[in-house]
Order: sequence, then structure tokens, then C-alpha cells
Amino acid sequence: MSGEVVTLADGAGGKASRRLVEGLFLEELRNPMLEPLGDAALVAANGTRLAFTTDSYVVRPLRFPGGDIGELAVNGTVNDLAVSGAVPVALSAGFVIEEGFPLDELRALAASMARAALGAGVSVAAGDTKVVERGAADGLYVTTAGIGLLDLRAVLGVGRVRPGDRVLVSGGIAEHGIAVMLARGNLELELDVESDTAPLNGLTAALCALGPELRWMRDPTRGGLATTLNELAAGAGATVVLDETAIPVRDDVRAACEILGIDPLYVANEGKLVAVVSPGSADTALATLRSHPLGAGAAVIGEIRADEDPLVLVDTPFGGSRIVDMLVGDPLPRIC
Amino acid sequence: MCLGVPGQILERVDSDLARVDFTGVRRTVNVAFTPDAEPGDWVLVHVGFALARIDEDEARATLELLGEAIAAELDASQPEPSNSLQLAGEAP
Amino acid sequence: MRYVDEYRDAEAVRAIAAELRGLVEPGRRVKLMEVCGGHTHAIYRHGLEALLPGEVELVHGPGCPVCVIPMGRVDDGISIAERPEVTFASFGDMLRVPGGRRRSLLEAKARGADVRTVYSPLDALGIAQREPEREVVFFGVGFETTAPATALTLQRARELGVGNFSVFCNHVLIGPALRAILDSPDTEIDGFVGPGHVSTVIGTRPYDFVCSEYARPVVVAGFEPTDILRAVAMLLRQLRDGRAEVENAYGRVVRDEGNPRALAALDEVFAVRHDFEWRGLGAIPRSGLRIADAYADWDAERRFAVPGARIEDPKACRCGDVLRGLAKPVDCGVFGTACTPERPLGTCMVSSEGACAAYYAYGRHLARDKMPV
Repeated sequence: MSGEVVTLADGAGGKASRRLVEGLFLEELRNPMLEPLGDAALVAANGTRLAFTTDSYVVRPLRFPGGDIGELAVNGTVNDLAVSGAVPVALSAGFVIEEGFPLDELRALAASMARAALGAGVSVAAGDTKVVERGAADGLYVTTAGIGLLDLRAVLGVGRVRPGDRVLVSGGIAEHGIAVMLARGNLELELDVESDTAPLNGLTAALCALGPELRWMRDPTRGGLATTLNELAAGAGATVVLDETAIPVRDDVRAACEILGIDPLYVANEGKLVAVVSPGSADTALATLRSHPLGAGAAVIGEIRADEDPLVLVDTPFGGSRIVDMLVGDPLPRIC
Repeated sequence: MCLGVPGQILERVDSDLARVDFTGVRRTVNVAFTPDAEPGDWVLVHVGFALARIDEDEARATLELLGEAIAAELDASQPEPSNSLQLAGEAP
Repeated sequence: MRYVDEYRDAEAVRAIAAELRGLVEPGRRVKLMEVCGGHTHAIYRHGLEALLPGEVELVHGPGCPVCVIPMGRVDDGISIAERPEVTFASFGDMLRVPGGRRRSLLEAKARGADVRTVYSPLDALGIAQREPEREVVFFGVGFETTAPATALTLQRARELGVGNFSVFCNHVLIGPALRAILDSPDTEIDGFVGPGHVSTVIGTRPYDFVCSEYARPVVVAGFEPTDILRAVAMLLRQLRDGRAEVENAYGRVVRDEGNPRALAALDEVFAVRHDFEWRGLGAIPRSGLRIADAYADWDAERRFAVPGARIEDPKACRCGDVLRGLAKPVDCGVFGTACTPERPLGTCMVSSEGACAAYYAYGRHLARDKMPV
């Protein structure tokens, strides 16, 4: 851990977060359902297989171009279920509200959640509210839990990933993180970027038609594509090799990252998925993604390679390569 | 820390400030060190300050050097075509 | 991105790399130092070392202004930041740099200090204007590229009479660092890739002494792959021809005379310290800037008492050797073990532009040695 207290780095999704989760929480709470540390846990109940997930939303500011904390909470939870190969059914939402929070703003955020739930085809079935003193909760924190029914066509797991498998992303990266950062207003950049927050269950259901050719999916949220792919490499015990020129990034997002000295690979996304598929099904997978409105910018960005020392590597256009290491510091805190 | 990014001046805001475009990203930049920079000019920006105007002639000259390097590399990797023509009696 | 993408053209990069092979004498080892952290970062980010002939070794010099700040000075900054009335504004890269006892500004923030990241020193001045009840202190870090921005900000602060603003000045100068490296008895550097953006301010003439007094060539280079490889080619040509000159390969932004207005601002606002400690290199005479007396009211060191302790690097640290080209990161006994980017022991590991950090983060999979010694 980075010192005797929790620091912002511990919440960034990278190495420090991993140590907090594995070194503290997993150590204390260890049990078979928790161990895999997937985006959702698999729960078997009465012969039915369910996916079960939880998430917290502490994004600051609460509203940003393209979305708000309510929409983020619904889509984010739906996505954790979707990438686990489940059809999302219902969510719960817990609200920790700071004393003095305007009621009409609260109503607007709830309405936003309702719209997002409708758009994703899920119900917010349960909720809880707590109010804390002025100064705590920074306005509003939202915690969710979600359940979904496992899509029987899907046989997903990081253990199913093989050398030669292809890695796909559903569209341009880094948009959510940059949008939130802009909304904070202290970097004085103007650009027309919106959060890409969106429910991915339509895309994932389409991909599940690939059956066992679809190996693994994730939504690369905080810590970005780099963090997700490092988790893939570690879990699969293999190296992920990316083609730098194939990774989709919008020009203005790329420019903003250049100015700030941030690598887009580490910036959060809230409406994108990463999928690993068999080599033979890559073309079909790509076509499937591209035929969906949320996957129009999809691309094959790399492949899996056997390696004793699992890493994420980027092949540069110049014949060289570099490591994409696990995130150490936090380029943009409180991003989701 | 040496981050210098090229941007194009959109408009002067006052004697010291200009709005600069970086491929669709815009920011107000202090141009006190490049007072002659005008809308349309490109400047190199570091921590919110324009440090230099980009000299288009020099930029083009550098690109020409790169072009020559590419051409030289292509030449070096081509097989020799002229011998076979001469053997066949064609004018060189 | 215009003025960026064209200089990253893959075909051009490969073509220049091919040229390099014809410029080396087989078996004759050449060590070239690039002094700018931005160059170190670009080389690793684009995987350029793989394109160099085996005879050419790139040594990463002390051009990371974040890395070279001594731990004692970081502690001084933290002590200012910890004052309840202070809002401490800093570039993002400084936040994770550990001082003595491994504490950093990020940890101070976690314990309640009001530490904020800014992109520009003018943004820090803006905070002071918007929050008059706070004492805003800007952590001034960087070479001559960045110092003019701090200078102008101080001029602005004085003009506008912003009393709740001051600068903790840790700006350093590249020339004296180059001289210190060259004066080092076992330095084996054959030529230098000159810092492109520092040179937009200081011009190319400050490097003349490298050629006239130490007979080494200098080529000032930009930061795109073609810029860096072209500079290497030009250095190799000079070495082959037995020349030692300053060449400007970044003519699109570097003028030989530099930027007179930026230099004037530096002259007005700063004075050169008698000496300044560089982490890994020790005290270098006349290598650091302090705020001139005319701006004393905006000098954080005069406004706040700081511990001013001098903290030694751990014994196991070989940063000094790495910075002088005498050792590679892998030669250091603690590289990757006791010393990692998350828990750095020495300056070279401290920011992503440091030689060891860049190698660890980007290039540790390149285990191959270029040539047997």
C-alpha cells in the first residue's frame, strides 16, 4: 500500500488499487465466489445461473458533457453484467446525499437514471437513501448492485484465452475521461467531446452469438484500456500485443491527451468494450460490432501471444515496441 | 516536462492572449513571447505559453529532407534496371 | 495532428534508420547522450532504440527537471503545502515524487493538504485571484523551457498587485549540467542530442562551449521520431568526419538566437544561484535560478521558513553513474527490485522521463545487449 493511509492512487484502477483490493479486501473477505474478481460474480441459485455485480459512482462533477452520475451508474452496472455474458435484469441504487443538496437537481438525476434504465431494458428495483452532514459525500455518491441472467450461448472466462486470439475494441477510446476532466473546468481546454456512457448489453448479446469463439469481454473504465488489457494479460498468462496504428482515438481527443501529456490508453471509457475472440471469428465479430450503432468505430487492435512473462506490448509503426505498463499514478482522479 | 505542442492561432484576444486550435481542441494561450504571431500562424505551446512561431519554410525544408531519405532508401533497394535495356540495344 | 504526424511518418523513420547503418564504423562503439527528458520519453514511447545500429548506444542524461530536484527540496515544498492557509499548485508530474521518508505531495494531499494540479503557472495565479483568502504557492519546476512562463507569471502578479501568490523556485539550467557531465573524469559521451524546446528559449549558441572546449558535437533536435533519428545521423556524420559543431536540426522552431523576449523575462525576474544541488549529480555551480530581489515579495522561500535539509540518496543508488553514461539501468543492483517507479530510490526512477523509469515502464522487455563489451 502507498503509505499508512489510503491515497487517491488507490482508487485509480491501477497497481495501487489492485493492492488495496487483493491485499486488504480479498485477504479479509476471501471466498470462492469473490476470488475470480471478475466484473460480476457468478451465483448459482435454484438451478439458475445469475451474474451479480456492485459498483460505486463518485464522479466529480455530477454533470458533464454527455451524461451525469445517474446515467453513469445505470450504464456502468448494466455493462459489468453485460461483459460477464449476462442479460441485465434489475438494479438497485443506494444514494448517499449531502445535506443541502438541491431537490430539483436530485429529481433530475433520478429522471436521468430512469431514462437510462429504459434505454438499457432494465428496472431499478430497489433503492436506499442516506443523508450525511454538509461537507461529506461531496454532493452525492451512488452505489448500485445489479443482477442478470447468464446468456447460455456464452462460455466466457480469462482462462479460455489462447495464443493467436484477436483483441477487439468497440470504438474510439478516452472520451469519457477527457469529457469529465473538461467539465472540471480547471484545465481551460475547449473541445466538443462528450462522455461515451452507454449500455453495452445490445452489443454483448450480439457477440454472444459467437458462442465459444468469444473468449472474454470487459468494459475498460477507470485506468483505461491499458489497465483492462494488463488484467487480461495477467489472467490469461499471455502477452497482449497491440498495433498502435489500429487503436481508434478521435483526433481532438488525441490532441487533448498530447497537450496534457496523458496517454489515451490510460483514460477511462464508459461505453466501450474489449472482446477477445478466436482468430477464425475475428471478421464476424468485427462485422457484428460495426453493424451496431454503438460499435461503428470498432477495430481489431491486437492479438494474444504466448509468453513466459505476460505483458501488454504496443508495436510502434517503426518496427519497435514498448510496454504498456499497469497504471501507477492517477492521470485523472474521480473520473467515474 | 518538455511538452511542446504545435497549435494554430485562431484569433488574438488582447495584446498578450490568443485563442489557439490544436486539432479541434482550443485553449487560450499567452503569446507575450511571440508578439508577431497572427491568426493563421502556427506556434509551439508549452505550459500555456507560445514559445516560438513555427517557421513554415524550415518545416518544409525538413520534410524535403525526409522525402529525400525515403527516395534514397527506395533507390538503394531497387534492382538495377538499366543494364538489361542496354544489352537489348535500347538507348540508355 | 499537423506539424506532428508528418514527422512521425513510418516510411521516413525506416529510411533514416537505414541511413544510420552506413554511418557507423563496424565495431566502433559510439555513445550519444540525449539530455532532455522529453527525448528519453519519445525514444521509449516510439520504440526507437530498436532502430539503432548495435554500435550506437543512447545514454539518457539529466534532462528531467522533475527527477533532479533533491529530496530535501521536495520536503521543503511539502512543508509549505502542509500549512493550512496554503493552496499548493504544481504540475502533475511533481505530485508523486518522494522526498525524504518516501513522502510525496500526493500523500500530503491525502493527509489534508490543499494540493492542486495546474497545467500552467498562470492558472495558479488565477486561483490566487479567485480565492483571495488562500495563500497560493506555485511549485516552479523545469529548465529554461518553463522558467519564462514562471517569470511572466511573476511579472503579472506584481503588475496586478496579487499579494497572496508566491513561487517556490526550483528552475534549473541545462548548460551547467552539461558542463558538469563533461567535467566528470570518466564520462564517455561522444556527442549530444541537444534539447529542442529549451533551445527555443536559449538558442543554439549556449552549446558552443561543448564543441570548443570539449570537442564534442551537438545537434539540437525535435521530439518526433524522424527528428531524433536525423539528429543521430547528423552526429554520426560529424564523428565520422572528425567535426565538432553545433547543428540545429529543429529549425522549424529553434532560432540560433533563441527567444529574446523570453530571455529578457528570465533576466528580469530571476538571478542565478551560487550553486544548486542536482539529485544524482551533486552541487553544480550556477545551475539554478532563484527569484531576484525585485520580486522578493513573491518568493515563497522568503515568505515561508522551510527545513532546508540536505538528504543523501541511498547508498545503493547508482543514478550518478547512469546520468553520466557509465552504467545502464540494468547495471544498478536495485533496479526493478528495491527501486521501481512506484517506490523510487533515486532520481532516474522518479518520473516517466527518467532513464530507469522509462526503461522499466516501456523497455524492460528489450533484454538484448547491443554489443559485447
